Amino acid sequence: MAVRHKSVETKYMEQRDRTLRALARLNRRAFLKVAAASAGAVLAKGLMPPHSFQLIEFADAATDRSFGTVGKQGSTPFRIAYISDSHLYERTLNQRFIRAAVRAVQDVNALDPQPDFVLYGGDLAQLGSRGQLELGRQILAELKAPVKMMVGEHDWFLDMGQAWQEMFGPPNYSFDWKGVHFVVLMSVHEKDFWTARKMTPEQRMQTVAGLDNPIQSRFEVGDEERKWLAEDLSKVPHTTPLVVFSHSPLYKYYRPWNFWTEDAEQVQALLQPFSNVTVIHGHTHQMLFNRIGNINFYGMLSTAWPWPYAPQGLPALTIQMNRADPFDQLDGCGDGQFTMRADGLVDTIYGLWDRNPVSVPAGYLVSGGKTDRPPAPQFASY
Amino acid sequence: MVRTKVALLTAAGAGAVVAALAALPHALNAQQSIAHHQVPAVKDGNVVVMLCDGKTSMEIKGLKPGQRMSRDQAMGVARRLMAAWQRQHPGEHWQMAQAQSPPPGAPSPAAPSNEEQPANAPSPGAPAAQQIQGVPIQQQAQPQQQGDTYASFHERDFRVWQNETQKFIDYGKQVFHSDKLLGGTIGVSCDMCHPDAANTHPETYPKYQVQLQRVALLRDMIDWCIENPVKGKTMGPNDPRLRALEAYILAQRKGVALDYGKH
Repeated sequence: MAVRHKSVETKYMEQRDRTLRALARLNRRAFLKVAAASAGAVLAKGLMPPHSFQLIEFADAATDRSFGTVGKQGSTPFRIAYISDSHLYERTLNQRFIRAAVRAVQDVNALDPQPDFVLYGGDLAQLGSRGQLELGRQILAELKAPVKMMVGEHDWFLDMGQAWQEMFGPPNYSFDWKGVHFVVLMSVHEKDFWTARKMTPEQRMQTVAGLDNPIQSRFEVGDEERKWLAEDLSKVPHTTPLVVFSHSPLYKYYRPWNFWTEDAEQVQALLQPFSNVTVIHGHTHQMLFNRIGNINFYGMLSTAWPWPYAPQGLPALTIQMNRADPFDQLDGCGDGQFTMRADGLVDTIYGLWDRNPVSVPAGYLVSGGKTDRPPAPQFASY
Repeated sequence: MVRTKVALLTAAGAGAVVAALAALPHALNAQQSIAHHQVPAVKDGNVVVMLCDGKTSMEIKGLKPGQRMSRDQAMGVARRLMAAWQRQHPGEHWQMAQAQSPPPGAPSPAAPSNEEQPANAPSPGAPAAQQIQGVPIQQQAQPQQQGDTYASFHERDFRVWQNETQKFIDYGKQVFHSDKLLGGTIGVSCDMCHPDAANTHPETYPKYQVQLQRVALLRDMIDWCIENPVKGKTMGPNDPRLRALEAYILAQRKGVALDYGKH
């Protein structure tokens, strides 16, 4: 059963790779021809329902709106790839998460043209040890494009970020690239729950690593870093496209699992004055998108495992990904891409492994779900 | 009424019968937060038994700490203590049991078994028929049946059962969150994909599991997960860990309608 199932996917993935490579060299007219032909071929084989060949629609949009044009703010459209939430154990303990992270690196290295940079979305390690982080660093070192690192709670709470910072530098920073201002936040600070309980660093890490462990505190950017953010943004004109990377979602989705940032409203208030703001976050391991005010939010996929959708608080604009197949350990996992458009907005591709990728254009969020609607899942969560 | 009094007397720590309570789980006793009464000291070191009002007490001549009374003796003590209380409170009803009303939603306690009823018990308070389960008779829709197995369970029974069930579920929660207890070999535990047992949908079993090519029960899927993503050894349906896992998973879906076969 599993073998037959996989062979279909393998065929699909091969076809997808060929199509993606061809797309980069096509003009719109030729593109549509190929799109129609490949969709037809897929249909003829009876492999996919017609609506699922979403890749074509997205690539079409990307070709038209982004590449080769210059934005009104003078920004040049470009592409970012991401890899996130790999949760690596030591090499001797767990090969599965390593294989998944390596697969993501191979995916990104296969992109042609290469992305301008790769965002690593946090939770490189599972329990924050130097060995785990070093293993992750070695895997990411294989990437051809430059890497921007973000920290997650699994990287931090063993030694409060010491090893991570030695390897990757400060956890919050900003940079400008092709007319876009990027901010990377450390959004997973927690108020001290460990001292009073006399926890060892290992116990503290283990507690934070338990998503449903209620002993830990809620994530926050914190006063100090919000001050830094305000100061950083004060130098940026409000018409400049702004992209913020944070590990936790910068809004309140589901408190018991820390799908949550305690001071989210205060951070959002700092971002709202900008005309085009996108927040890209990790931690939630699922297809997740939201819009609050004029801020678009996208959650990233994990390479290690998918989280189920929380029982409450799912943003109305989110279209759930199909349930993950427990019999396929990579199902529901993946990596993805963001296209920074000329108009300062961001389109997203969820590169779900062994599935059709799903594109979520900025237009879907900006229109409040009226246009550019991504395909619905056949089986949403229970 | 008399029956209730006897039960309370034992709960208040009457030396002779308190041994029966020793078997109760410690946590249960803690939950009840029973008031600790100081009994008056007596010369000969005899046991003094106090009623749960904290005042009425009597010395048991010839009974030293650690010795047991016979059942008849203990019942006699209970009767005399209650009679003493009644003499001090003429015309009053014994209300202590009623004050310990169960939490909302908990099953109302049934009367204790006839076995606990002392033979020839005096009737110091109101006759039992006037008060049932602590609810004044005028508010009772109808009298409850008595004398059968289920009528003989008391609030304390429900607490014991609840406590035992919770311990089972808590153990399941522990296994669910521990790759070591699961026997996993790669550091993966159930909660890593199923926080709070989310997305385990126990209410949908039995159902045809296409990947297994047969109808599966929840326990089949748990065991499958232990063998595959967790990379441990299958436990088999009688393993206490598997049973506890099933209990924890089901407990997380309390209130969800059963919907077998759902995909």
